[in-house]
Amino acid sequence: MNMHDFLSPPVETARRTGPHDRIVMSSRVRLARNLRGVAFPGWAKKSERVKALEIIRPAVESLPQLIGAFSETMDNLGPLDKQILVERHLISREHAAKSSGSGLVLNKEESLCVMINEEDHLRMQALRPGLQLRQAWMAIDQVDSELERKLDYAFSPELGYLTACPTNLGTGIRVSAMLHLPGMVLAEQITQIISSVNKLGLAVRGLYGEGTEALGNVFQVSNQMTLGEVEPDIVERLNKVLMQIIEHEENARAVLLEKKPKIVYNHIGRAYGILANAHSITSKETMNLLSLMRLGVDLGEFPGGERALIDELFVITQPAHLQKQFTEKLVAEERDLLRADMLRDRLRHVSRPNPKAPGPGDATLDKRN
Amino acid sequence: MLCMLCKKNEAKFHYTQVVKDEMQKVDLCESCAKQKGVNHPGFFGADLLLGLGASQEMAQTASGVEIRCPGCGFTQADFKKAGRLGCAQCYATFSEGLEGLLKTMHKGIKHVGKVPAALRQGRDLNERLKHLQKKLDKAVTSEDFEQAASLRDEIKVTKDQLDNVAAR
Repeated sequence: MNMHDFLSPPVETARRTGPHDRIVMSSRVRLARNLRGVAFPGWAKKSERVKALEIIRPAVESLPQLIGAFSETMDNLGPLDKQILVERHLISREHAAKSSGSGLVLNKEESLCVMINEEDHLRMQALRPGLQLRQAWMAIDQVDSELERKLDYAFSPELGYLTACPTNLGTGIRVSAMLHLPGMVLAEQITQIISSVNKLGLAVRGLYGEGTEALGNVFQVSNQMTLGEVEPDIVERLNKVLMQIIEHEENARAVLLEKKPKIVYNHIGRAYGILANAHSITSKETMNLLSLMRLGVDLGEFPGGERALIDELFVITQPAHLQKQFTEKLVAEERDLLRADMLRDRLRHVSRPNPKAPGPGDATLDKRN
Repeated sequence: MLCMLCKKNEAKFHYTQVVKDEMQKVDLCESCAKQKGVNHPGFFGADLLLGLGASQEMAQTASGVEIRCPGCGFTQADFKKAGRLGCAQCYATFSEGLEGLLKTMHKGIKHVGKVPAALRQGRDLNERLKHLQKKLDKAVTSEDFEQAASLRDEIKVTKDQLDNVAAR
């Protein structure tokens, strides 16, 4: 089956809601597993990788959770398809670089995704909208328990699940959440929060994970330690930290609105102005401005404007998604023009931001508008 | 180079961080790095790997042989280059050098999380078997043959279960 017939359109995926989705865009739990007696993918010969794929893929496909799933080998996916999967956070950039001997199995809801022969033989992940780490852990735990009956995992009673990189050893678990933190960025509290989160043994990364920048004020927070702690404790620890980050972000927003409303309104108003009127815009600028518009929606500045629209634009303005809508190959400059056309069109019915209840000092400024 | 904080010990951790477009270089000794909490896997970089590689290289010249994983042919040099291991058996092969590394990056060095059900069952059954065997020995010594017979049956059932688990 064609990948694009299988994937839900972003207009649908952007409508999925979950607890705290104002700030927590999504939750993810992934487990790393390997087969006993087969070299890890990075060291295995191609023939070994192909053999491992042939063992793992049918086992994964036969899971009840993955009935009717999209299953494909990476050499059968074009660079554009792979990039689309990356932009949707379904596969890692590392996996997108893989070819024959690697594979992907994805369920219809895009809530379960298994990468075969990424850095480990198996990287299985459960995804949920909003803050739902526990639910994601339970879902992937169940998948793993069913898979272990079909596959012979490399496991040591002392060191747990054996992984290619020692940083994943033991539980092989990576619990993470994608957070939208424009308030803390505007209030210049973000570096402070990142360093305190780091001190708790948690990692903060950019939009696309390891080694990427925090475009659109989106940050990924995840556990680092995987050995010497049970999975539910790791999940709970991250959950607790995330609840605190949510509180900090809400506070930062409230304080900004109270102390520096003009700065906030200025950012949001300019973001809207550019997005709704530009004729050429890069994906990076788009993401950063959409982030401010998203903040505006959260603050009730766009009556009738919805977060789902912004989240959809977040996805469809990215390079591969944009390219997919056109048959001819576009260069970056051409994409910038088409991206701007699309944004102007989609924001046509969103009226300009309307700051609620302006303070007394704002009245004279308002008259000038 | 001395540690920037205590200015006493040799700096062993060196990293560069970018804060608001400004590059900062930090050099710390082991204990200061630990104190500052910067020896976690986020800082799991080339230095740490080189450190490990260096110690292993010494071990290797002492014994005169390069350690090579019997499972996959992976060597220390490969680990130094890739930062990844070759296969599951590498953990046993390079256990000595890895222990220190694991200590710096994880909460503990013993797995306490999920265990595959088959292994868990096997472990439980093995323990049960040992326990029954002890009871049987006692019964035989005290010439309680009735109990010994029933224990023998129980042991047989447990052994069958264990075989079943192993066969899966």
